[in-house]
Amino acid sequence: MSATAGIAGAQPARLQPWPVLWAVLLGATFLLFFSEGLHDALEGLAPWAFEYPRAWVIPLRDWVSGFMQWLINDFDLGLFTFKEFTRSISWLLTWPFAFANSLLAEGFIHGRGDKAVLLWPRLSWLAVIAIAVLMGFYAQGWRLALLVGACFAYLAVFGQWTSAMVTLSSIAIAVPFGVVGGLLLGIAGFRSARVERAMAPVLDLMQTVPIFAYLIPALYLFGFGPVASMIATIIYATPPMVRMTILALRQVPDEIVDFGRMAGCSRRQLLWKVRIPAARQSLMVGVNQVIMLSLNMVIIASMIGAGGLGYDVLTALRRLDIGAGLEAGIGIVVLAIALDRLSQAFAARPPEQQREDSAGLLRRHPYLAAGLAAAAVTWIGGLVLPALGSYPESLTLTTAPFWDGLVSWININFFDALEAIKTFLLLNLMIPVKRFLLTLPWPLVVGLVALAGYQLGGLRLAALTAALVLFLAVTRQWENAMETVYLCGVSALIASLIGWPIGIWAARKARVNAVVQPVIDTLQTLPAFVYLIPAVMLFRVGDFTAMIAVVAYAVVPAIRYTILGIQRVPPTLIEAATAQGCTRRQILWRVQLPLALPEILLGVNQTIMMALSMLVITALVGTRDLGQEVYIALTKADTGRGIVAGLCVAFIAITADRLIGAWSGRLKTRLGLA
Amino acid sequence: MTSASASADHERPVKLACRNVWKLFGAGAERLFADGAAAPSAEALARAGLIAAVREADLAVREGEIFVIMGLSGSGKSTLVRCMSRLIEPTAGAVLFEGQDLLKASEAELIALRRHKMGMVFQHFALLPHLTVLGNVAFPLEIQGVRRAERERRARAMIELVGLGGRESYYPRQLSGGQQQRVGIARSLAVEPEVWFLDEPFSALDPLIRREMQDEFLRLQRLLRKTIVFITHDFDEAIRLADRIAIMKDGAIIQSGTPEELVMQPATDYVAEFTREVSRAKVLSARSAMEPPVPGARLSGSVPADAKIQDLARRVIASDGAVAVVDADGRPIGQLTRDAVLDILAGQSDRPA
Ligand SMILES: Nc1ncnc2c1ncn2[C@@H]1O[C@H](COP(=O)(O)OP(=O)(O)OP(=O)(O)O)[C@@H](O)[C@H]1O
Ligand SMILES: [Mg+2]
Repeated sequence: MSATAGIAGAQPARLQPWPVLWAVLLGATFLLFFSEGLHDALEGLAPWAFEYPRAWVIPLRDWVSGFMQWLINDFDLGLFTFKEFTRSISWLLTWPFAFANSLLAEGFIHGRGDKAVLLWPRLSWLAVIAIAVLMGFYAQGWRLALLVGACFAYLAVFGQWTSAMVTLSSIAIAVPFGVVGGLLLGIAGFRSARVERAMAPVLDLMQTVPIFAYLIPALYLFGFGPVASMIATIIYATPPMVRMTILALRQVPDEIVDFGRMAGCSRRQLLWKVRIPAARQSLMVGVNQVIMLSLNMVIIASMIGAGGLGYDVLTALRRLDIGAGLEAGIGIVVLAIALDRLSQAFAARPPEQQREDSAGLLRRHPYLAAGLAAAAVTWIGGLVLPALGSYPESLTLTTAPFWDGLVSWININFFDALEAIKTFLLLNLMIPVKRFLLTLPWPLVVGLVALAGYQLGGLRLAALTAALVLFLAVTRQWENAMETVYLCGVSALIASLIGWPIGIWAARKARVNAVVQPVIDTLQTLPAFVYLIPAVMLFRVGDFTAMIAVVAYAVVPAIRYTILGIQRVPPTLIEAATAQGCTRRQILWRVQLPLALPEILLGVNQTIMMALSMLVITALVGTRDLGQEVYIALTKADTGRGIVAGLCVAFIAITADRLIGAWSGRLKTRLGLA
Repeated sequence: MTSASASADHERPVKLACRNVWKLFGAGAERLFADGAAAPSAEALARAGLIAAVREADLAVREGEIFVIMGLSGSGKSTLVRCMSRLIEPTAGAVLFEGQDLLKASEAELIALRRHKMGMVFQHFALLPHLTVLGNVAFPLEIQGVRRAERERRARAMIELVGLGGRESYYPRQLSGGQQQRVGIARSLAVEPEVWFLDEPFSALDPLIRREMQDEFLRLQRLLRKTIVFITHDFDEAIRLADRIAIMKDGAIIQSGTPEELVMQPATDYVAEFTREVSRAKVLSARSAMEPPVPGARLSGSVPADAKIQDLARRVIASDGAVAVVDADGRPIGQLTRDAVLDILAGQSDRPA
């Protein structure tokens, strides 16, 4: 908020009402913080403003819990009860999952415990690698084939195979549901403006509610296990597909649609034979997003029984077993890279040359044939030579001791330095900010946010943001919320301070950009969970660790948007400035940065969004904010508590998003970029 | 050459006609016509905040002719042609296809009509990116449920016809602009339509390719004899291809007639503006430049009445006085003097027709 005043104040010297108003208000706020006398006096006058009275609390939490209870115990849909409904969904998902899991990870087993008999072994590791290589080659060529092959080989050689295959089978089942569901919902939204209007706020909310919040109702309704985690995954991964579908169908050129109608397509033909195929590339981008979000969620859903790599990381973190955690973490990274590159290549791949009809099925699908052959050969080979079936354990390498050694070496040699940095930042930045936010009376914060909303977007925005912030108070989450705002704010600030210079540097030097781009592309594909591991390794638990993990996760958009913003400055302007004799430095400060500001602001916005979503995950290392609230709710399967805290996080996110979005929009209009 | 036949048989039946067609964009457009009001005035439209993309359009396309609609960007050509195929619902008026009001056709009838009787070519080709040349050309047949072997056979024949034989398995992105439009043309012809709409088919092409495609188009039309509605913003193209031209401005058709009529009697200054640069020799026929026959005059040879001056200039100039102009049956109907031809070639054509 102080930045608002700063920017507005940088305008021409004429005294403007807004900056003065902000200066006065912020001055008063700081006075309140620094003068204990004033604070106490005010608190004596209006204690309700500092501690939200219990009597005014809206018991939304209990309502939600009650509703969920009613849903599962008493709700009758006529033909069947809700409980039967959830059971049948469970059943529906269990079978494909069990199949995929048997195929990839466990093998087909009959019976349980001692009596279990292996009916059919799982797909050999060699077969899976071969299939991955074939897919890479098919989608792009040798380079991708090698990369993907290396990724999967890593999983085998470093003993992550079974876990990775469990994770992969969850994804393999969740993704089709997410894609098809998203596609159908997207089509509905595309066809009916009313449906789209109804879905928009829900989608907004779904993309800002923290990832944990999905786990709680899933856990409550479906119980601990892979089904609950898959449901949470599907629900989490679907919204971008819905959006992408609507967007992609809209972007199909009018001429192509006109052609379809002139060819005499019926409504259905027009959709399935013209619009959807013509939108294929954009739709594939949506599929890529579904895959990556599913991976992200499946890892985190290990908390409600997803198993796999996420579970390995989670148990290792709980034991503070850094080596094992890092090893599994790298397994996740490798899997993420392989899935992302593969699905991107499939998305970018132009349609293939069709073979003649006369060729046989296998001739027409040589890749499929080769994959099947690989599976068959390794299966038969596995009967003779077990190493062909399962990667031999004796050849498994482990890097855990190396990582353990590295960490202890760092701790021995750099403990003091790291500790000094930590203490310095805690004492001088984090704790003061936290105290400041916690002392502010809630009506003041609501008022300031509403004022900012009014200035940036008028009455509607003011009403919206004020209502969202008020929600934090009336649900008695104020203190948790301020903890969240503080951690998120500090992290976003530091991420921006790191991201901006890197972005500026990369935007101005092609060589730097060539290094930065692939790095941030890769960072962006990694599941949020992975970022916790090195932070814990170096700084153990607490707010500072959380902050480091959040910064690492949220720095990417700060870099990316800065690069974008600067690169989009029209070259003619730079030429004009150069012609007028500006130095490179002047061009940067006088031309490029001011014009890139709207884009950079959007980057800040994204940074805040990512920080918020990561913050919730850092509850694992003992923060005390809304994230912790959600996490506790998760461990207690307390839906009401979890959903209310989750909504609070979402509302903070939406408030920040709308304010910054409006601000960026105004700047763009003023600069004539809109 | 094409116009020779057109002017010869004016009496061919009307295939497709627009009667007082209006298309207004904006909310509440129907209301303006609901109370039986005849033609909303420009002020009424402005007050209602409506854009009149097509105003009071009246035209009749005869069987087998090339009817060109010409106008500058934004004049409403695309909107009009889409009203004629009912891709856009006209706000008012009637569109008659073989005498039946198209606007009263049901969805199913419309689909049947489009499947069997209409074809359309688009400015930006509108090829389906996921299908090969063969797939694209066969697509309209696939939609109708024609068996694979049959539709591919017919598609191949069309591809051969437009000169793309051997490229059946290419994808649109692997073709040049001109080749892509050939695919668009083959595709629109695959169902053997009776009416062929072309919305600025050559505007996205380079001048040289455009010329080549125009020749190709004329060749196809000599072969196929379709009823054609051809849109262009290029007056030269219109002159080159048209049997008849309608000129549009701000949504209204301000004049329609043969190229010759437009050149000789422009209805407004706006039309005259276009025709000024047009070479008279290319447009005028012997019939419109001839004088009444002078009995007993010494004439060296004869020329057909519908031949263009450009094509017969050499012969008339080489003759030492005048040539006879004869009609289709070889009867002399006038004479064409060397001076008249020279005047036209020199661009002094203000003499009355
Ligand atoms: N869907 C629409 N909504 C509102 N106005 C439209 C719409 N479609 C066309 N118009 C307007 O109608 C007028 C005629 O448009 P049209 O596309 O028919 O022109 P055109 O002659 O085909 O031009 P061009 O040569 O650029 O293709 C234009 O002023 C255009 O802005
Ligand atoms: Mg047009």
